[in-house]
Amino acid sequence: MKCSHCGEREGVVSLTQVKEGEVHTASLCAQCAAEKGIETGFAMADTPLGGFLAKLGESADPDAPLLAALEVRCPGCNATLRDFRETGRVGCSECYQAFDAPLRELLRRLHGSTHHTGMQYQRGEAPAPRVEPGRTDLELKEQLRRAVESEQFELAAELRDRLRDRE
Amino acid sequence: MIDLSLLPDGGMAWLEASGPGSHLVVSTRVRLARNLRSHRFASRSDGPEREAILAEVEAAAAGTEGLGRAVRFRVDRLELQDRRLLHERHLVSRDLAAPETAAKLRPAGGLLVQDHASVMINEEDHLRIQALRSGFALEAAWSLVATLDAELGQRLAFAFHPEFGYLTSCPTNVGTGLRASVLVHLPGLVLTKEINKILQALTQVGLTFRGLYGEGSEVVGNLFQLSNQTTLGKSELELLDHLGKLVRQVMEHEERARQILLRDATAILEDKVWRAYGLLRYARSLSFEETMNLLSGVRLGVGLGLIPNVGMYALNKLLVFTQPAHLTAAHGRGLTDEEVPVRRAAYVRQVLEEEVGRRGPSAQAPPTQR
Repeated sequence: MKCSHCGEREGVVSLTQVKEGEVHTASLCAQCAAEKGIETGFAMADTPLGGFLAKLGESADPDAPLLAALEVRCPGCNATLRDFRETGRVGCSECYQAFDAPLRELLRRLHGSTHHTGMQYQRGEAPAPRVEPGRTDLELKEQLRRAVESEQFELAAELRDRLRDRE
Repeated sequence: MIDLSLLPDGGMAWLEASGPGSHLVVSTRVRLARNLRSHRFASRSDGPEREAILAEVEAAAAGTEGLGRAVRFRVDRLELQDRRLLHERHLVSRDLAAPETAAKLRPAGGLLVQDHASVMINEEDHLRIQALRSGFALEAAWSLVATLDAELGQRLAFAFHPEFGYLTSCPTNVGTGLRASVLVHLPGLVLTKEINKILQALTQVGLTFRGLYGEGSEVVGNLFQLSNQTTLGKSELELLDHLGKLVRQVMEHEERARQILLRDATAILEDKVWRAYGLLRYARSLSFEETMNLLSGVRLGVGLGLIPNVGMYALNKLLVFTQPAHLTAAHGRGLTDEEVPVRRAAYVRQVLEEEVGRRGPSAQAPPTQR
């Protein structure tokens, strides 16, 4: 969406105001937002994705290891980390292995976690909650508590049995 | 022109106002983002690969119960007017419909619609499986989407990472790939100036809000789409439960704000909602934004029982049918920029008149004042 003030640059700040009992929203570019003196606390540069993308390869030194890392290619789709920085979109499922470290860091910032705890998927089977092997008793107990809270009784029963087996 | 009557209820059952909490909540949507393991994602795939993805998904869908009878659209081959119609009806996203220009169209874009569920193909992700229900209905929408996901997941190989979960084009959707959103009408909180506080509080507990048309769309007519911000680290049911609890709290705040307004500012409130009704009933030219704001006033009046002669269903339908592509479709030919607000006003008058007719002449006069 174009900036609703200058109409030229891409809007990056969504501004919601209540005036005379009516809600108005506008999309502003960073410059116009700054000119209007709007605190861009939630602006593009400060969102996890925007900030992260802007910082990737920020160093001016061409020999910096970060810049070299930008040119590593994903074997699956031939995309580089630089491509990701420009588009904000991942090229294929293999990118998540090829760029494991930066994407892991990004996921942690975006979601506060890198660990999927939802439905497990295996082709040919219906997705089902699954207990992961190798978890500590404490993690299992925590998972059990959450399963009970969210009324996932099948999963809870499975977790209970696993905990019992360990004792 | 496409024939939307082929769709069950024209793809608009979500407007029925039949679901729970319909006086405050227009609709509930749940979507899952899924990608095929063996194909590059949208930003890296070329024409032939996208055609292959479309063919694979359509073939898989044909064998399922949930989509076996689906109406199919090849979105990138539709005329601009038809793409706008689908977008205005909330059946395709702005991203897939490219309602402004064909230059931004994604190649091999597909849409499958059956009952309350649909799948967008070759949008930002290979599949966007979604369900749209009337009113506040997270459980119903989720169970529909989960069933479709299970059926499709047995026939297609989804990209899934042992730690990260379902992999998506944008890292913001990784994990569950789930976005649930509730379209809720909050004029009470806007009038009592509490809305900013509430929205701010919601963003601090993992929720986000958008306008009527989702990401990047403006808030019009006091309609806010509340949805989960994160998709990873919590299970699907935890995400839905969290959103559901917070939406219920927002609804309670809204109800309270309305009661306060009714108690402390009765005359002002009555004047405001009847003024909105009067303008909609007799105006000869209406902009979209003005229409949305006036409809909000009337909706509030209906919700509080102040305006007896309009139904929520009619108000919901007006949200969609007063938009440019729907006005054009109803008129049968293209409308100029000058004609649109005039046609819109005429359409709104007609609907409100029919409502009075349907609800009987006794409802025609304003209720007796104290």
